[in-house]
Amino acid sequence: MNFEKALQAIIEALPYMLGGMWITAALVLGALALGFVLGVPLAVGQVYGHPLTRRLIHLYVWLFRGVPILVLVFLFAFGILPPLGIDSAFAAGVIVLGLTSAAYQSQIFRGSIQSLPPGQLKAARALGMREHTAIISIILPQALRLSIPAWSNEFSILLKDSALVMVIGVQEIMARTRSVAGRTHEPVALALFAGILFFILTWIGIRILRGVERKVRIKGYSQEGSM
Amino acid sequence: MMKSVSQNKEILRVEKLNKSFGTNHVLKDATLTLREGELKVLIGPSGGGKSTLLQCMNFLIPPDSGRIWLDGVEIEGHRKRELYSYRQQVGMIFQDFNLFDHLSALSNVRIALTKVKGMTKKAATDRAMAELERVGLAAKAGLYPAQLSGGQKQRVSVARALAMDPKVLLLDEPTSALDPELIGEVLAVIKDLATAGMTMIMATHQTTFSSQLASEFVFMEQGTIIEHDSPAVLLAPDACTRTKAFCAKINELTGEPV
Repeated sequence: MNFEKALQAIIEALPYMLGGMWITAALVLGALALGFVLGVPLAVGQVYGHPLTRRLIHLYVWLFRGVPILVLVFLFAFGILPPLGIDSAFAAGVIVLGLTSAAYQSQIFRGSIQSLPPGQLKAARALGMREHTAIISIILPQALRLSIPAWSNEFSILLKDSALVMVIGVQEIMARTRSVAGRTHEPVALALFAGILFFILTWIGIRILRGVERKVRIKGYSQEGSM
Repeated sequence: MMKSVSQNKEILRVEKLNKSFGTNHVLKDATLTLREGELKVLIGPSGGGKSTLLQCMNFLIPPDSGRIWLDGVEIEGHRKRELYSYRQQVGMIFQDFNLFDHLSALSNVRIALTKVKGMTKKAATDRAMAELERVGLAAKAGLYPAQLSGGQKQRVSVARALAMDPKVLLLDEPTSALDPELIGEVLAVIKDLATAGMTMIMATHQTTFSSQLASEFVFMEQGTIIEHDSPAVLLAPDACTRTKAFCAKINELTGEPV
């Protein structure tokens, strides 16, 4: 590998690659948001719902955890979404990644909800609180706080999974890496550069989530645990 | 200190409450009446059904059969709206406090006022502060449960229940989870309430303390109310009751005279 030639290729492709980084970021933010908006009610339904609701959610979770994202991407982009009038590859990417993330996020939230001491819900009911009020104002604020560390993991996994949607033509980091690498014959240098871009996104995201975790921490609660 | 309440009006009446968990019949035909301003004390061995009875009284555990009246009005536990309004009028104190861990002491007391009673934040804050004042914790209003001692947590939970203006308080072993040196501060609050005429039913092992305040001892064993009468009668020197034997055993352990 000619170092100067490789550097030249990267510098020339820089604006194009940074554009891909923005698309990856948008893809992941959209999917995480969709996964959150669906994941929270899925978790609540799985813990507190009617037995039938629980079974349906269970089925959903197994479906999206059991089928590879790549299969889902093709299925949605060419089978399910076009008849619904969704032709954009970017939208298909957000939807597939979001639905998959919803399945994983729901299990994170479910675990947190179930780890809370049951007495608090009892106390809320004893005060005359409706079930959904108690869940929204007592259970979720605590469960979501507890979920942040596992959710950070889900973020970093989803960020890297997002590269899979290049197969339907979403112009994210890896799609652009491949096209630049093909044109310049510098696949190794471009792959390294793509890796750096993913690393930067991961680093920014984790830093933000650590900040959020510190900010919403409940006073007096030990986060270190005891040995 | 003993109060005569037999003529007072009925606040809460339960009749023939039954509850089984599987084949385990934990509550058998429990019947009792709480009159205005009285303190009834549930005693008896652990697993005797005291806690189940209290939780059936506000449908936290739905009874399998039986009837409940509040102020002469029968409560249908399956009608949601009726149930929510009933629970607001029947306060509950738990053994392990069950404070909301993510909320300050003030917010713990305030949250049901805004979310259940629909009060404005300002009015709810004033009311919550007044209740914290009443249990001697106004200075701790901004602290979170993890920053409070067990006794302080239980006093916050009393304030939280009182803020709803309940007609009756159910207390499920309010001091059993506390270190011995913290029991006194909670008992003092309960004593104040009794003196102020709050209608209460309390499960407890603090027999010496409660014998001075209770209008009636209700002894439960294996899900059944075995005997009930004023502590003076049940603990009389010549009495030969289960209650007396039980209290003697407890006091033998704690070193207190009957």
